Amino acid sequence: MIRIEDLHKSFDGQEVLRGVSLQVNPGEFVALIGMSGSGKSLLLRHIVRLIKPNSGRVLVDGHDVAQMPRAELEALRSRVGYVFQSGALFDSETVYDNVAFPLREKTRLGESEIRRKVMTELDLVGLKDAGAKYPAQLSGGMLKRVALARTLVRSPEIILFDEPTTGLDPIVVNSILELFAAAHQRLHLTGILVSHEIPEIFGIVQKIAMLYEGKIVAVEPPEALGTAANPILDQFVHGKLEGPLQYR
Amino acid sequence: MTAWCITWGNWGVGKLSALGKTTLFLLQTIACCLTPPIKGNRIVKQLWFIGWKSMPVICLTAAFTGMVLALQGHPILRRVGSEAFLGPFVDLALIRELGPVLAALMITGRAGSSLTAQIGIMRINDQIDALELMGLNPIRYLVAPNFIAMVIAMPLLSAIFDVIAIFGGYLVGVHVLGLNAGVYFGEMNNYTVFDDVLSGVYKSMTFGILIAWVCCYKGFNSRFGAEGVSTATTEAVVNASVLILVWDYLLGAFLP
Repeated sequence: MIRIEDLHKSFDGQEVLRGVSLQVNPGEFVALIGMSGSGKSLLLRHIVRLIKPNSGRVLVDGHDVAQMPRAELEALRSRVGYVFQSGALFDSETVYDNVAFPLREKTRLGESEIRRKVMTELDLVGLKDAGAKYPAQLSGGMLKRVALARTLVRSPEIILFDEPTTGLDPIVVNSILELFAAAHQRLHLTGILVSHEIPEIFGIVQKIAMLYEGKIVAVEPPEALGTAANPILDQFVHGKLEGPLQYR
Repeated sequence: MTAWCITWGNWGVGKLSALGKTTLFLLQTIACCLTPPIKGNRIVKQLWFIGWKSMPVICLTAAFTGMVLALQGHPILRRVGSEAFLGPFVDLALIRELGPVLAALMITGRAGSSLTAQIGIMRINDQIDALELMGLNPIRYLVAPNFIAMVIAMPLLSAIFDVIAIFGGYLVGVHVLGLNAGVYFGEMNNYTVFDDVLSGVYKSMTFGILIAWVCCYKGFNSRFGAEGVSTATTEAVVNASVLILVWDYLLGAFLP
């Protein structure tokens, strides 16, 4: 379970997160939405301690991430898969080597077992013939799918997606979201998905959390959105120009 | 007055903090170099990149440095009737000073800048964060192999620089200026001691540490997109080059 309690973070005096609180239960997939620059990616980075908060806590299975000793943090990170917005693939390695990388570096598996696992993941994301290509030779959608394969090959328990479909065409977006849904069902992942793909993401998540002005202002199940009680969430989801949400 | 104190105080604190971060980075890197697991395959890869791929530029620079030394040194030595000492003049200048320093400056420009850019791009594209999230220490994985490779490659490149430059000096001194070949090499043998060679080796090893330290640190702390990487690369080359010259003076002043 991921529990975020009253998280504050500021940079050069500018407060980005102003008391974020959110809970993601085991096996739950939560969409985190909000305006660009509202701090969604920043919030995800706190969960794996790529950034430390000014105050507040991030608890994973009851353990405070910011206070964890190094060994415990590494153990946590080995349970977490993180799909970066950019994909963060290693440019100098082929697709196959990128996916095999965490297995080669962090496990004692033989090359034949690694090959089997890598090919299985590449097959699942529809890229089994792209193993010899380099990231620079791939389209945006293919890059995101390789990044997903590299994350899933480690069999994570928790997965964090940071805008994995930004800038892709609608068909590719849907194909990637379908992959997320399949991975979520197959591996019973607990996850947070930062995305602007509304309403496409509603079919694959159990809850939608809205980050606005540094706080989570609404947490609703997708089915409640038709009758959204929270006016900010309602305005954002339906893209209304008039309402309480202030554009900067 | 108060504003002046605050400005300079902030500046001083900023510089001290940067110095602390840089020193911590060096200490972490040294710890990663001295404790297992050592990334042997990455060290070999970096040796090939830093060492082997720098050979053309090192050979070319060395040949012309030796030739210029002979060309400029010969008339000066002739004025005092000592043209027979052209060999030791070229040899000692190269082994003790010019070989390690010029090789280090060339490696800073060719390999150091590339290291900064490579690590910087990995930083801005989240690849370093991805390494961390896979449970890998980016300093152990990215920086330590460069460090070890640089410390091994620099003395070798410096030695190759010396040998080629001495032959460059021989070409000009003997075949252009008419000095006797036996005199050129014979006097060299009489005036060069093993400590001169050792001093060059020590120097080039410490230059290797300086280049790897500055260039990897700058890349590791690159920020703000392509412009940030470009700034980091420029700063890395300038800082490393200046540090090499300052450190060379300090070593010259304190080494025997």
